[in-house]
Amino acid sequence: MPRHVLCCDRLLPLPDVTSFTLRCRAPPANLPDVTYEPANLPDATYDARPWSSPRAVMEKSSTRTEEMENVQKTEKKKRSKEEEEEEEEVFNLNNKTPGDEGDDEDLSDSEDSVFSGLEDSGSGSEDEEEEEEGSHEEEDLKDDQILQPEKKKGGLTAEEEKKEDEYRQDSSDEEDIRNTVGNIPMDWYKDFPHIGYNLDGKKIFKPIRNKDELDEFLDKMDNPDYWRTIHDKQTGSDIILSDDQVALVNRLQRGQFGDLHFNEYQPQVEFFSSDVMLHPVTNRPADKRSFIPSLVEKEKVSKLVHAIKMGWIKPKRHEEPGGRFYDLWANEDCTTSLARLKMHLPAPRAPLPGHMESYNPPPEYLFTEEEKALWEQQDVSDRKCPFVPRRFSSLLQVPAFPRFLHERFERCLDLYLCPRQRKLRVNVNPEDLIPKLPKPKDLQPFPTTQSLVYRGHNGLVRSISVSPSGQWLASGSDDGSVRFWEVCSSRCLKTVQVGGAVKSVAWNPNASLSLLAVALDSMVLVLSPSLADKQVVSASERLLAGPQGAEPAEEAGPVTWTDTEGEELNQGIRLKIQHPKPVQQVAWHAKGDYLASVMPDHSSHLQVFIHQVSRRRSQNPFRKNKGLVQCVSFHPVRPYFFVATQRSVRIYNLVKQEMTKKLQANSKWISSMAVHPGGDHVICGSYDCRLSWFDLDLSTKPYKMLRHHKKAVRGVAYHRLYPLFASASDDGSVIVCHGTVYNDLLQNPLLVPVKVLRGHVITHDLGVLDVTFHPSQPWVFSSGADATIRLFT
Amino acid sequence: MGGTQKKKYERGSVTNYITRNKARKKLSLSLPDFRRLCILKGIYPHEPKHKKKVNKGSTAPRTFYLLKDIRFLLHEPIVGKFRDYKVFVRKLKKAYGKTEYTNVQRLKENKPTYKLDHIVKERYPSFIDALRDVDDALCMCFLFSTFARTGKCHVQTITLCRRLTVEWMNYVIASRSLRKVFISIKGIYYQAEVMGQLITWLVPYQFAHDHPTDVDYRVMATFTELYTTLLGFVNFRLYHSLNLLYPPKLDAKAESELKDENDEDYAMNSESYLEKLSALSTSLATVVATTEEEEAQLDQFPVEDEDMEKMEAREREQKEQEAQKKLLEGHKFFLNREVPREPLAFLIRCFGGEVSWDKSVCIGSTYEMTDESITHQVVDRPNVDKKYINRYYIQPQWVFDCVNAKIVLPVEDYFLGVTLPPHLSPFVEEKDGDYVPPEKLKIMALQRGEKPAQEEEEEEEEDDDEEEEEEEEEEEDEEEEEEENNLKKMEKQRSQGKNLSVKVTAGKVKVENPERLEQEEKAEEKRLAIMMMKKKEKYLYDKIMFGKKRKVREANKLTAKRKAHDDAEKSKKKTKANK
Repeated sequence: MPRHVLCCDRLLPLPDVTSFTLRCRAPPANLPDVTYEPANLPDATYDARPWSSPRAVMEKSSTRTEEMENVQKTEKKKRSKEEEEEEEEVFNLNNKTPGDEGDDEDLSDSEDSVFSGLEDSGSGSEDEEEEEEGSHEEEDLKDDQILQPEKKKGGLTAEEEKKEDEYRQDSSDEEDIRNTVGNIPMDWYKDFPHIGYNLDGKKIFKPIRNKDELDEFLDKMDNPDYWRTIHDKQTGSDIILSDDQVALVNRLQRGQFGDLHFNEYQPQVEFFSSDVMLHPVTNRPADKRSFIPSLVEKEKVSKLVHAIKMGWIKPKRHEEPGGRFYDLWANEDCTTSLARLKMHLPAPRAPLPGHMESYNPPPEYLFTEEEKALWEQQDVSDRKCPFVPRRFSSLLQVPAFPRFLHERFERCLDLYLCPRQRKLRVNVNPEDLIPKLPKPKDLQPFPTTQSLVYRGHNGLVRSISVSPSGQWLASGSDDGSVRFWEVCSSRCLKTVQVGGAVKSVAWNPNASLSLLAVALDSMVLVLSPSLADKQVVSASERLLAGPQGAEPAEEAGPVTWTDTEGEELNQGIRLKIQHPKPVQQVAWHAKGDYLASVMPDHSSHLQVFIHQVSRRRSQNPFRKNKGLVQCVSFHPVRPYFFVATQRSVRIYNLVKQEMTKKLQANSKWISSMAVHPGGDHVICGSYDCRLSWFDLDLSTKPYKMLRHHKKAVRGVAYHRLYPLFASASDDGSVIVCHGTVYNDLLQNPLLVPVKVLRGHVITHDLGVLDVTFHPSQPWVFSSGADATIRLFT
Repeated sequence: MGGTQKKKYERGSVTNYITRNKARKKLSLSLPDFRRLCILKGIYPHEPKHKKKVNKGSTAPRTFYLLKDIRFLLHEPIVGKFRDYKVFVRKLKKAYGKTEYTNVQRLKENKPTYKLDHIVKERYPSFIDALRDVDDALCMCFLFSTFARTGKCHVQTITLCRRLTVEWMNYVIASRSLRKVFISIKGIYYQAEVMGQLITWLVPYQFAHDHPTDVDYRVMATFTELYTTLLGFVNFRLYHSLNLLYPPKLDAKAESELKDENDEDYAMNSESYLEKLSALSTSLATVVATTEEEEAQLDQFPVEDEDMEKMEAREREQKEQEAQKKLLEGHKFFLNREVPREPLAFLIRCFGGEVSWDKSVCIGSTYEMTDESITHQVVDRPNVDKKYINRYYIQPQWVFDCVNAKIVLPVEDYFLGVTLPPHLSPFVEEKDGDYVPPEKLKIMALQRGEKPAQEEEEEEEEDDDEEEEEEEEEEEDEEEEEEENNLKKMEKQRSQGKNLSVKVTAGKVKVENPERLEQEEKAEEKRLAIMMMKKKEKYLYDKIMFGKKRKVREANKLTAKRKAHDDAEKSKKKTKANK
């Protein structure tokens, strides 16, 4: 029985601990030393390699234990055939009460330790091993004794099995499996009383474990060996470790060698050392090749030689002594300077810093809050000063300038990227730019001061005209009245209510007549104010009487002439010329017989009429519409007729009935026009603040554009005798200019502004509306939107 | 009539210019190499007069180089060196790739280098040309010498820059050619007059730079490459002009002293030598042991009267300069630890003063703080624990202001804890009409030798005068206005018309000022003449006048600001006094 038990015990697998340690320490591949032939005795290998590593030793031991197990298994198989029944009993017994085996415990313990392989794997000293070997042998002997016949039988088979073992050893799956179920999760058997089956298909039962928590606890308290008891999951049994095993575990845990007697610090045997030895390490005769020059080396050397020859490889350069620098400009000869260098523009120097950049600037250079805010808002390129001036109370507190590197870098960029250009700085004295003109003092007489103001109108005074004698002034206003003033006394002698806003008044330039043409609505009235000698008055009456007895049957035309009667006649209105459209302007011919009227209209050719007062005849000289007519004027001497449209002035020859010239005014919208008494010069005022002077002999382009006014020019006028002309504008000023015209064609007219006259008040954005000169004196009249007329002398 | 059709853009100004890309292709260089070449050779783009013509009708923004410049670059030997370097890099890469480390070693030993000597000579055919352009070189070298020796550029460059700047400073000390200094918020500006050329450079404060990412260091490094070469040659020449040894050597006497003192502390002799030089505390060794130099006297030439004045002015100037050179002679300074040592030592030594500092600050201190003969101690803290009686404790600005004023200023304003007077830029030269800060007036008065107390009164008087003038002007305007007002009033009265009570009032005799009348007349004349100006001239005139007016406006603004500030200060003082 005990033998059986012994056998069964042998079958018990190794406890977990060893398997764990072995797995940990085992290298993945077996060392060549370790591949161990089963024929060799383990002892022999041990003796032969005393310095072999403990790991190797363990390997060996583990393999050896497996070996033995395998042997035992085979043996067991054979035996099991004989004693199946008994075995069963034994198993049962074992399963039932592992603790009941108290009798066998001592023995089984020792056996356990033997087959657990723990002694072999680490702790075993040689003596122990020998002992164990001895015990093995003993057991073997026992076995032999008992199973002699089988052994004899299986002599051959044993050898075969050994071969098989060798074969089997390769499969690592079989390692450390101490039960019959293989390497499976043991949870699967958790709920069963058995683990696996034996060869006969019978269940192999687990050792009975009915310990609950309390038992466990009691066990823990009572059992002195509790701490060294280990539960083996694979077989379900408890194993108590021996002292040696525990010591081994401790050593391994501490990271020490398993072998207690292994010397980690063995003296090293130096085969090769720094000392030159007398004899070679080996006494092997030198090879032949060591006496023959190497071809490979030769090849390499020849390559190098070739490279050196060809100049591909250069010898190492040496720094020339005596420093890098020498007198570079020792032999300066400026004569050889390149032409290029003459053209070279040196880069401008960086600007020098001002007070603002100081670390402690005067307080006025520091930014105020608003300036700082502005600086921060501004774009970088717009900033006048690229930094914010700051003040520090001492040098110690000055920090590094954050944009220092940027500024230097930008300077570098400027130096190599900026195109350079020589620029002539305009260093002009502004005084030199002012043209040298004759002094106004030398050009006297001209009006200088405001001397009289004529008041009486209620609306803006659109037009004024001075009688050829220079004694009377007629004015037409928006309040529907025409007033006659005495020039010297500024008294209003006569007021004629015409019943409509007066657009234009014009005194007949003939000194022997005393007539006034008035344009209002779509009518032209001819007044005889009877403010002159009786002779003159009667002469004008005669003229107005018209062609007595002539046929008045010319009503086919668009214009109708009518005599006035009653109240109107008493007021002095003698003739009414009814036009089809509103009349803007009237102008007399110098002789005083012809009268031109303007009816601006975009779409019609009926814009200008020329009336002959003496014959009461009207005619439209133009067949075509050439633009919106602004104003017209007769040439003072010759039979020419000036028509100003928006952009240009056309000059027609009335005799030949053709256009002789077209003057380009270079302005957007002509407002007014005046013809020089000589007849060779024309000035045009325009709504875009310009006044253009045309020299008819010179060109059709303006000889001079005068931009004196700030606002639209409303009226222009020439003086009849003096070289003066005036312009009136919406900015409330009248500018009097001196304009000498030379008879000599080679000399251009001399234009000098001599006086700016102010006085009119700007009302409703309108300033001075009309301007005219006194016929004999250097006086100028102006009428304004403030309902006044002013005389400047 | 006949003949081939002329092609556009094939003659005329087009042929003189070449675009950057074409130039690059012509030289067969990569863009960085082309850039480097342009920097080294000083080639810059040109702006053609008619850009559209040169750009073949396109208005795309392009940079143009002169074709002649590019042709000139074709012959530059350094282009070949650039190519060599490219080849070298390729070989090195190959060797690394094949792990042939001996080859790598050999290649590295034979790394192609180039010299810029001929370029410097070519760009600056005479020494004076070089001096004229040394401004930027100095700025750059001073900047690079403050870089940390980490990564941003080669350590050799940094040390070379440091060496060259130290040499330059030593030269300036030896020749006593410094003229002006200015502490700005960017750094310290120095201006020296070397061989008749005014050279200005800017030294940043000694702080670590936080290197910005938007700065291309390759460009800067290329410039530095050129500038170090230039500065080296310039230094060489300058040292030899003063009979000094180059590379500079310390005076034999000083050297032995220094050696004795500091041998234990400084083991590396080669390194410590630069530091000893950079201490700027001792004079340099000369080639020949010279006796005292005789000052070259201006020879007297028989001259005419007009020239006489010039001559006299020149002589006076020279005298002034001589005086300025010896400004701090006889003064003995001691720099406290917190004072920036290098600028102050440089400054004091430039004007003949003696200077020392604490041993722990730097090598090369010549005397201790306890020295009795010290006249000034430069301190930059509010108070000092232990004071010596026989010396002034001043703030560093005093030295700078003295140099700029060319006289030894009174020290009272610069004592410890005192609010410093503003530090003014010496580079500003005010013309009449510009704003002059009152501090400058004060200094100018001091230069003239007046006492400050009188000056203040004068100032006030001047101010009063100015104010009066202004008032007069205002009065004029007012009078005009008044006239107009009177006229208007009269008119109003008249317009009221009917209820005008006919009354004779005693008339006032209108006093006519003939001068004024004349002035008015002239003014009107001018106004009328201006009306007659041509459009182009008028535009220019308006522009000039606008500029003038703006200047006046700015000056007025500054005066107003100053006045407000002063008033505020005064009121503060008063309130304090009352309390």
